[in-house]
Amino acid sequence: MLKMNANLATRWIAKPLVFLLCLLPAGWLLAGLADLTGFAHWPAATLGANPVEKIQDTLGIWGLRLLLATLAVTPVREVLGWPRLLLFRRMLGLYAFFYISMHFLFYLFVDQSLDWRELLKDIVKRPYITVGFTALLLLTPLAVTSTKRAMRRMGRRWQRLHRLIYPAAILGCTHFYWQVKADIREPLIYVLVLAVLLGWRLYRHRRKASRGRAEQDARHYQQSARAGLPVEPLPE
Amino acid sequence: MRIRPSEITPEPVYRSRREFLAGIAGLGAAAAFAQPTSAEQVINVTLIERLQYQHNARYSTTEAANSLADITGYNNFYEFGTGKDDPARNAGSLRPRPWSVVVDGECEGKGRYTLEDLMKPHALEERIYRLRCVEAWSMVIPWVGFPLGDLVKRLKPTSRAKFVEFTTLMDPKQMPGQRSDVLDWPYVEALRMDEAMNPLAILAVGLYGKVLPNQNGAPLRLVVPWKYGFKNIKSIVRIRFTESMPATTWALSAPREYGFYANVNPEVDHPRWSQKRERRIGSDSFLSRQPTVKFNGYAADVASLYSGMDLARNF
Repeated sequence: MLKMNANLATRWIAKPLVFLLCLLPAGWLLAGLADLTGFAHWPAATLGANPVEKIQDTLGIWGLRLLLATLAVTPVREVLGWPRLLLFRRMLGLYAFFYISMHFLFYLFVDQSLDWRELLKDIVKRPYITVGFTALLLLTPLAVTSTKRAMRRMGRRWQRLHRLIYPAAILGCTHFYWQVKADIREPLIYVLVLAVLLGWRLYRHRRKASRGRAEQDARHYQQSARAGLPVEPLPE
Repeated sequence: MRIRPSEITPEPVYRSRREFLAGIAGLGAAAAFAQPTSAEQVINVTLIERLQYQHNARYSTTEAANSLADITGYNNFYEFGTGKDDPARNAGSLRPRPWSVVVDGECEGKGRYTLEDLMKPHALEERIYRLRCVEAWSMVIPWVGFPLGDLVKRLKPTSRAKFVEFTTLMDPKQMPGQRSDVLDWPYVEALRMDEAMNPLAILAVGLYGKVLPNQNGAPLRLVVPWKYGFKNIKSIVRIRFTESMPATTWALSAPREYGFYANVNPEVDHPRWSQKRERRIGSDSFLSRQPTVKFNGYAADVASLYSGMDLARNF
């Protein structure tokens, strides 16, 4: 009964709360736009002297933050023993995709004023844009296959496909790192967080692999002994 | 003669004495000039001391100048932080008065000059200049200053002087951004002698008719409007004449991206972004970018300085 209540609380209280929290940056930008255009007076939400840059940066940084938050779900869940955290993963991932695609669309329609020639040149010539655009391309199929139905239909292939989030996050951090002029402190924090999140997975994978190996060895020795064969180690 | 350690004023004591004196001077100035108009009270900066100057129409654009809020709220001044709004927030710790400038190197006018002595012989002019940042945004700023060339002549550089080098104040107490080594402090910039003598090059001491706010490089900064913003070194404490080309801060930090000349040039892209267009801060059409003009539109006055030079190589 208690477990049921916790599930209900997650579904009906925590999830809507996180949903709204993830909307805050977008809401702040909308308030800023309203203030800028004189539609409403919210000086606290000011977008500053360069609103285009502010909107572009805010969308991008929240996209990257939510991407890392998505990647943090599994480690935090296992380390802290919070299985229900998994219920938030899809929402975080979709929000990351939302902010990152808005970041791109804003760049396309506003920053580049839909100048396709300049845009194509930018994507090819500017490495930080190339990697950023590639990250968005990698994330797109993940967003498309985020439904329960796709998950069920794809089975194991779903899991394999969704590992694309790893290269996408690496490219996302690179995109941030490559576009700063001199102060790399902030992008370095993101790189470090990503390194921890991916490093944890690598560590766990290795440990599982070596534990599997030890079990294999034990079984082999047992079988060999039972069969009265000379005990030889398995090939590496 | 030997000086006993007890006779030397410890640093904290003389520092606090200086701060006290500077505070008194500041109070006096504030009391004498503090009459901000209602328009100025709306924005968060109040420029206090008014300057005596003449508008120079020959060297001023008729384009609409940016608001004081934009000019003082959106700055690259890494000595106070790397965010655009950091300087406005953090530059209060700078004490621009009293101020002195050391002049040395290949010239006859070597020595330490108080800001007042340095400025005294020169009549101040208002010059409304375009400012184009290497980050592809631009503003229009009504500077008040005097021609750098007039000061250079006064300092009598020797025949060996080929460059003028400028150095920003180095004091992490006043400039908290210098506590992290984002750049190789102190900030250094330089001009070739003929660039420094060009009538467009000025040393600014004010904007909008009043003394420079700290975040804009108080009390003395360089303005060379045909070059990218980072050449316009702020809060200058040293002017040195040299025979060889000085190493400048951004060129040291990323030599592939920032050159010594840093002339505004839409034909030469920054390795990471295009320089063809720029976003004019604060304009009604802030959503779109306008084309960038070679030498920031000052080609008639400066293009001859670079005739015969490959500007793609000497970027």
